Amino acid sequence: MATVSEGEQRVWTRKDLIGLEDLSRDELDMILDTAPQFLAVSERESGIKKVPVLQGRLVVNWFYEPSTRTRTSFELAAKRLSADTLTMNVAASSAKKGETLHDTLYNIEAMHTDIVVIRHSAAGASRILAERHPSHIINAGDGAHEHPTQALLDAFTIRQHVRRTRGDGRAGLDGLRVAVIGDIAHSRVARSNVWGLTKLGASVVLCGPRTLLPDAFTRLGVDVTSDLREAIDGADVIYVLRIQMERQSKCLFPSIREYIRLFRIDNESLKAAKPDALIMHPGPINRDVELSSEVADGPRNVILEQVTNGVAVRMAVMHLLVNKPRVTA
Amino acid sequence: MNEADNSPEMTVVMDHEAIDAALRRIAQEIVADSEALSDVALLGILSRGRPLAERLAACIEGLTGTRPRVGSLATTLYRDDLRSGRVPATVGNETHFDFDVDGMTVILVDDVIAAGRTIRAALDEVMDYGRPQRIQLACLVDRGLRELPIQPDYLGWSLATAPNDHVAVRIREIDGEDAVLLERGVSSAADEETK
Repeated sequence: MATVSEGEQRVWTRKDLIGLEDLSRDELDMILDTAPQFLAVSERESGIKKVPVLQGRLVVNWFYEPSTRTRTSFELAAKRLSADTLTMNVAASSAKKGETLHDTLYNIEAMHTDIVVIRHSAAGASRILAERHPSHIINAGDGAHEHPTQALLDAFTIRQHVRRTRGDGRAGLDGLRVAVIGDIAHSRVARSNVWGLTKLGASVVLCGPRTLLPDAFTRLGVDVTSDLREAIDGADVIYVLRIQMERQSKCLFPSIREYIRLFRIDNESLKAAKPDALIMHPGPINRDVELSSEVADGPRNVILEQVTNGVAVRMAVMHLLVNKPRVTA
Repeated sequence: MNEADNSPEMTVVMDHEAIDAALRRIAQEIVADSEALSDVALLGILSRGRPLAERLAACIEGLTGTRPRVGSLATTLYRDDLRSGRVPATVGNETHFDFDVDGMTVILVDDVIAAGRTIRAALDEVMDYGRPQRIQLACLVDRGLRELPIQPDYLGWSLATAPNDHVAVRIREIDGEDAVLLERGVSSAADEETK
């Protein structure tokens, strides 16, 4: 019944999702509040895990960097919304032939795309495209800058867990302490999570080797430390980053053995943590490097929940971007 | 829109007693129509259909001793006007029922039927969850203005209205009181959500 308003109607207005730095807390909440209905779609016992929300639309996954998890998650999200999907294999594309990013996207758009999901090694690539092109652009990781849907699914996973354990369907992240451990300097996941978590009311402590822990982060209102025990003491969530071997240069990174000794999350180091602290990881895990197997498979981990929630959160983002009102007030 | 509800020009079409009598009559009709109430499920269309479905279930239990199963349908993801950018105003307004609809008689319950578009969305949604034996429709008020060939099987009150009339249903569980209110010729047709 439309004639009786159901409280304040929030309306999504953005064309693109570039980074969580751009979003207000209200916009973050809108995405997180839209996701549960899509989670329910994936969990239907009838097995029909599909809704007609993006029927007939075209979603292009355009990945300049290797990715299995994120790409398949976006692809599945699009398919569960009934969209058509296309994956651009960049190794075989015209990038090698010298075509510019803009020209490649003009060519993709000539096929009448609705959403373009892009991962690129250059920070800001998705923003540059979003400003010039009519497609809805979703940043699936741009260099060491942002990976917004990862941080959204992380926040959603934490919120779901808090709501379940407290039995409070309205609980948020306010007052939680999240420790992010690893190579902070090279991590777009850490950057997006700092923006997302702090806007949602959590406090964040970043921890890693001094050389991989830029002081600039303190200006974003987070704590930084190189002492693992100090970081995880009192933390409600311990977020373990993947050590990105492919991005390391010898002068910044100590040695794997030293990293394991000082920063690995295992049963020994977890003695300094709350017994019910959540263990999260964006995947893929380097087993027994940043995270020991006993913890990765242990009762506190929600790593596979993150993967499940990722599809629902990406469905929510695509729905909001495409189905936003044609004319905004 | 809430201000309009309190204006003096609103006519009370149904009060608490009338709504109560209508629901009791619908419950009797459902009982008379159903061979086995254990195979009947009431799916309330959110938000006001849900408490109406609960009340119907309680009436049916009072009449027969068997309480039909009750669930909620959001229909949001099946609407034909998705491009509204609307976000569910309250968390927890999701489709939810913890039973299998295969082989059941599913009765959709809503407060008002107008265009019929919400029911079209609800039919598609239910059928993605399974294959009911049959699907029926119970509405408290039919205000006409149909845009699709969909009619209720059980109806509380029929009300002839024009597109710019304003019909407000208030349900105790949500609005603190039971009433169906009508105000003639106030809202532009564009203000009314197509039902």
